[in-house]
Amino acid sequence: MSAVLEVRDLAIALPAGSDRSHAVSRVSFTVTSGEIVCLVGESGSGKSVIAQGIMGLLPKGLPVTAGTILLEGENITHAPPERLRALRAARMSMVFQEPMTALNPVMTCGEQIEEVLREHAALGPAERRAKILAILREVSLPDPERIVAAYPHQLSGGQRQRIMIAMALVLEPALLIADEPTTALDVTTQAQILRLIADLQSRHGTGVLFITHDFGVVAEIAHRVAVLRLGELVELGTKQDVLTRPQHAYTRMLIGSVPSLRPRTRQADANAPVVLSTHGLGKTYRDRSWFGKRRDVRAADDVTLEIRRGQTLGIVGESGSGKSTVARCVVRLIDPTEGDIRLSGQDIARLGAAALRPLRRKVQIVFQDPYRSLNPRRTVEEAVIEGPLNYGVPRREALERARRLMELVRMDPAVLARYPHQFSGGQRQRICIARALAMEPELLIADEAVSALDVSVQAQVLELLEEIRERLSLAMLFITHDLRVAAQICDQVAVMSQGRVVEYGPAASVFGAPRHEYTRALFDAAPGRGFEFAAA
Amino acid sequence: MYAFLARRLLATIPVLAIVAVLVFLMLRLTPGDPAAILAGDAANTEQIAQIRAGLGLDRPVPVQFMIWLGNMLSGDLGESFYYKMKVTALIGQRIEPTLSLAALTIAIAVLTAVPLGVLAAWRFGGWFDRALMGFAVMGFSVPVFVLAYILIWIVSLKLGWLPVQGYRRIADGFGPWLQHLILPSITLSVIYIALIARVTRASVLETLGEDYIRTARAKGLREARVLVRHALANAAVPIATIIGIGIALLIGGVVVTESVYAIPGLGRLTVDAVLARDFPTIQGVILLFSLFYVLINLLVDLSYVILDPRIRY
Repeated sequence: MSAVLEVRDLAIALPAGSDRSHAVSRVSFTVTSGEIVCLVGESGSGKSVIAQGIMGLLPKGLPVTAGTILLEGENITHAPPERLRALRAARMSMVFQEPMTALNPVMTCGEQIEEVLREHAALGPAERRAKILAILREVSLPDPERIVAAYPHQLSGGQRQRIMIAMALVLEPALLIADEPTTALDVTTQAQILRLIADLQSRHGTGVLFITHDFGVVAEIAHRVAVLRLGELVELGTKQDVLTRPQHAYTRMLIGSVPSLRPRTRQADANAPVVLSTHGLGKTYRDRSWFGKRRDVRAADDVTLEIRRGQTLGIVGESGSGKSTVARCVVRLIDPTEGDIRLSGQDIARLGAAALRPLRRKVQIVFQDPYRSLNPRRTVEEAVIEGPLNYGVPRREALERARRLMELVRMDPAVLARYPHQFSGGQRQRICIARALAMEPELLIADEAVSALDVSVQAQVLELLEEIRERLSLAMLFITHDLRVAAQICDQVAVMSQGRVVEYGPAASVFGAPRHEYTRALFDAAPGRGFEFAAA
Repeated sequence: MYAFLARRLLATIPVLAIVAVLVFLMLRLTPGDPAAILAGDAANTEQIAQIRAGLGLDRPVPVQFMIWLGNMLSGDLGESFYYKMKVTALIGQRIEPTLSLAALTIAIAVLTAVPLGVLAAWRFGGWFDRALMGFAVMGFSVPVFVLAYILIWIVSLKLGWLPVQGYRRIADGFGPWLQHLILPSITLSVIYIALIARVTRASVLETLGEDYIRTARAKGLREARVLVRHALANAAVPIATIIGIGIALLIGGVVVTESVYAIPGLGRLTVDAVLARDFPTIQGVILLFSLFYVLINLLVDLSYVILDPRIRY
């Protein structure tokens, strides 16, 4: 086995005035042919910077200051741009996280693959076409002839990621760098893409540097694992060693934060009052045009659910399953087309704006992206007290409440005067939770509220939500695509697929003995399900 | 797509109808009597009344409108009070210089501004970018007639390279046609170069930050290809929009330029017709301009379909 990639003592500087002097420092590892090395770390650990450094795609502000990068024995650390350009796609390739945005929307998929061949290989048009069709077949895309002529927006996320992989591997490079290639995909699609990458690399003997934050994915695909913390390599070893016998405290903490797939056991009070129930809830989007055909999309169909005080109902499903539609109907951000929504017994499905207003206070929602759900031009204080002020709470009292809430979400009340950009993702999500709680709701909806967070932060926020639910006897509707997260926090679980609830019951029985075939497929796809991680 | 086209073409009818009513009413409300102007200073009241009756201006305004509307529907825009000939024929005579000027201007503007804008975005913050932005501010702020006189003075009077004024028909030869038009076109294009270059720069700058640009670079593509095929192609919709707006605005711009360079086009015709209170001519020219605006808008919308496969009507 020859080393395809050798990184020795690599250091990449950060611009002056950053929180640390180097994005990465003293990083050494190798990738041999036919091997998958996982580079694991939380956001800000420098894992993507290493990938860009190898590809020679670092932005100007991040120069390589020390160390060497050898690609198949050639020192490319400070290679001239023309040499690096010739090596890209030919000897080293990269696949990115977001297949939705990583492909050029105005070029057909065929053209985008062809570009690589035109640039790096001397082939005639017929040979190029044959090669494109062959690689599309190899990444298991159905009907390659049609795909060649298709634009990216006409394909699903998984198909687009296959196009990216085809584009990266069409010239059989020695090294493939995959930067979180499955993070934006649904679990079942993720499982397929992981299998595809593993198949292709073993067939072609490609060396793969696989960047991820997800230990489940590591357990699925890695041969060796390198753990990064704040730009430094803290642990490097075989998958078995690192995941089951982690040496470094940071690795142990990371692995310990991975939520278990085993549901927690908590006795839920079956007689607690029902806070919210939906009956036959449906939402149909109607695409009307004057001359075109009418197109109906049933985003939610016959959804019947119930949430009791002090309990958490989880809605689990993949993208497009209708889980967020249900949440938005319940908050009446969108209007349901069928069924009813009872909030403490009162049907709110068809209430007008004025009648709804006094009830809005009772249901509050926390969204997925803490970076975008706070107004960047308003202080935390203004964000938290705005709701109560709208409902006539005197300013003094609202401020007092805001200070108490900051303590409840374990933040210093002094931060109320600051702006959202001064906080990390986890802190912002705490602020969003405080903002929701300021309304003293009866039902708190968390729509993928921990999905954008690193595992260690995720664990803290989940713990916080649990504590708040307990202390305030809140009813909670928890929407997630992540089965591990659902197992940790939910008393009841509803599994949604294509707008319908396919399985609904206590978490213990849904996780313990899934009955519906879709639920079983979902569990089978969960990365690292068969792997016994080291206990924290 | 075809349904969209049909619907848009049908929609031009009410637009033109509203324009027609407004123009007709506004002209009747502006001070100034065309009959008095035609009669000249020496005419007495009876002569003026006679001329007025001859033009049909003595009848009630609604009746005048109905007559004009009826004629218009049969394709007759009436007869010019001042030139004593059919408005359609008059416009036919004057349309070539204006279209020539507009086409050459927009060609110069687009061919210069788009590459400049792309280069400025590529070297964002560098000397070229700053120089272009400085030029853009100047281009916006120097009035067309000032620039026109400066250029005439330098290029035609001092250097003697090009004729000072006038127009040659394209039928009389491409060379003379271009010689007479090049200076007016450059004059007129400056502001559009500034406008289109700025929008191109902003738009390309935005696409350069997109993920697919990173992908294109990771594929080892040449920078020129990354810029044109990946960045510019994705920035094309706003650029097409601003070019469309530019073409529409251009019609306003030709009025001044045609006057300064003595080009006998629609701009000059409009000015003369307004001064003479030549109602039929003004109405005809404005209707033509509004039809032109509507068509340009339609063409811009249709160009989106070609530029971005995600847009379908």
